[in-house]
Amino acid sequence: MTTSQLPFTIHVPLRRIGLGTVLAIGAILASATLAGCGAPVASAAERGESAVPTRALPEIVGEERAVLTVAPNVPPPITRTHATRVLVELETIEKTMTLADGVEYGFWTFGGNVPGNFIRVREGDLVEFTMTNHEHSVVPHNIDLHAVTGPGGGASATLTLPGGESVFTFRALNPGLYVYHCAVSPVPMHIANGMYGLILVEPKEGMTKVDREFYVMQSEFYAMPGGPGKPHTLDMEKGAAEQPTHVVFNGSVGSMTGDKAPQVRAGESVRLFVGNGGPNLSSSFHVIGEVFDNVYGEGGIDITQRNVQTTMIPAGGSTIVEFRAEVPGSLVLVDHAIFRAFNKGALGMITVTGDKNAEVFAQKKGITLSAH
Amino acid sequence: MLHLRSLSLLATLCLTLPVSAASAAQREPASGGVRAARAADSPVGVTDAGAMVRLPAGSYRPLYGRVGDPPTRVGAFRLDRDPVTRGDFLAFVRQHPSWRRSAVRPLFADRAAYLSNWAGDLDVGDAADARRPVTSVSWFAARAYCRAQGKRLPTVAEWEYVAAADASSRDAAREPLFVQHLVTLYSGRSRHTPEVATGAINAYGVRGLHDLVWEWVDDFNSVLVSDDSRAVGGRDHSLFCASGAIGAADPSNYPAFLRYAFRAGLTGATTVSALGFRCAA
Repeated sequence: MTTSQLPFTIHVPLRRIGLGTVLAIGAILASATLAGCGAPVASAAERGESAVPTRALPEIVGEERAVLTVAPNVPPPITRTHATRVLVELETIEKTMTLADGVEYGFWTFGGNVPGNFIRVREGDLVEFTMTNHEHSVVPHNIDLHAVTGPGGGASATLTLPGGESVFTFRALNPGLYVYHCAVSPVPMHIANGMYGLILVEPKEGMTKVDREFYVMQSEFYAMPGGPGKPHTLDMEKGAAEQPTHVVFNGSVGSMTGDKAPQVRAGESVRLFVGNGGPNLSSSFHVIGEVFDNVYGEGGIDITQRNVQTTMIPAGGSTIVEFRAEVPGSLVLVDHAIFRAFNKGALGMITVTGDKNAEVFAQKKGITLSAH
Repeated sequence: MLHLRSLSLLATLCLTLPVSAASAAQREPASGGVRAARAADSPVGVTDAGAMVRLPAGSYRPLYGRVGDPPTRVGAFRLDRDPVTRGDFLAFVRQHPSWRRSAVRPLFADRAAYLSNWAGDLDVGDAADARRPVTSVSWFAARAYCRAQGKRLPTVAEWEYVAAADASSRDAAREPLFVQHLVTLYSGRSRHTPEVATGAINAYGVRGLHDLVWEWVDDFNSVLVSDDSRAVGGRDHSLFCASGAIGAADPSNYPAFLRYAFRAGLTGATTVSALGFRCAA
């Protein structure tokens, strides 16, 4: 019997465990083992196994410029089988855009859009990150990528004044889907104004194949009128009280509805890279009309649950969900904390085209509401 | 001590030139509002450059410090009523050619950006442009300008002390409405710098401190906000404690955080298109 067959595993780094704890756990392991098989086997702790892996750094071969995309688009899957030097260039831009009908907001952005550009690299890659701050910006910005192992996730190396430029490099050590955001003081203001995005570090084994991939990021806004001729700005009081005026997918109300809804064909497999920029709310992410076949909880690389209706995405966190669009119609993305969807804008759509499949879904009697 | 203090008071009184506009602004009742104060002003531009406002000694609460810390004392000083205009700075570079755009030494200013919004070495644009705050100037250049006027750059403490005032109160730094006003103001700052005469006048009679441009201070690098503003300084020194909220006496003072973060990114040779200055004495 190995420890992985035990009803529990230990994930605490061993160096943080006191001797007494080790002995106690050892005793528990020993008794469990004895109770199970009779023959004592050394525990993982006794064998000196580390709870966290030591990562070998692969050799860097060549250099390439990262393809950056604007939501809901995702850069193409990485097909190379070696680590390389990836050049990423991202500009911080402050610009007025539409948050909702009649609400122009003074956004702070990575790349001129909310959410910021999607970045896709491969586990082991050496990323050379160049951050520029547009000369017409009012305030300095930086970037903290949760995928970065190093001070501030890059923030300490990238404080950049308007018109300035910063460069740093990092190794993409941990695969997974990570949020990045601005971390200049006051951080809540930078995030509340739209400074976040996602970076995917593909595992070196690659990801399984799907037909379509999309980038969705939830966030909320605390908008108040900025005066005559001025855009809306952050309402400090509402922000501190965590009472948003708008909760949205991809930066504005209606960014993924009507003509802007991404389209897929019935029968296609779909993967959503979903992030939550916050700044305050967790998301009860749900797609009306589908069941998530696979959920990669908290944006990790393992399928943690199958057949999921609603999955939780913390502020500053992410998830990956996969499903097959079986029948035509509109799939509706919502934060199932439903007032946010109904009243505040947390609603997006994916339009599924194609032939009906009465074996899966058929209306038999009643008023037909949706026409496709 | 008393003797010294009265001497310095005397010196202050003597040095404070009777500048009508500034005095008029100061005489306005606290509740008089911006409009009343503006009505008393003469048009501002090159002509009345150097108008100064006398600031009484007082104290203010720095952003970084513990609740319960005594406020920081600020001695009496004088501060330019308005930011230095392009017209003012043009007169300076006429007299000091080494500070012209084409001549400035790279050590003292990022030459590619220094005065980059001027049309030429001695061409600031039209008459309206001459009345806008000069920007894209380095700390070295700003210092040289002030020195040439027999003045100096204000300190962080002096600047923040004056900046705590709104239109009617000398200490509004913790007033939620004023804080919100400044957050909105900073966020919506125009890339086309307004003329200095459009600046709002605060309770001291100082104009356009918040609503025109960021401003240099002499000791801009003395209070370090970490470039990652959430980090907590490992050592116990309240001024250098680099966190966003921990170490700050008032985490809701977002305008102050914005100013401190801006200063944290500066070097002496930095120029920014929304960064100007005014002088103190």
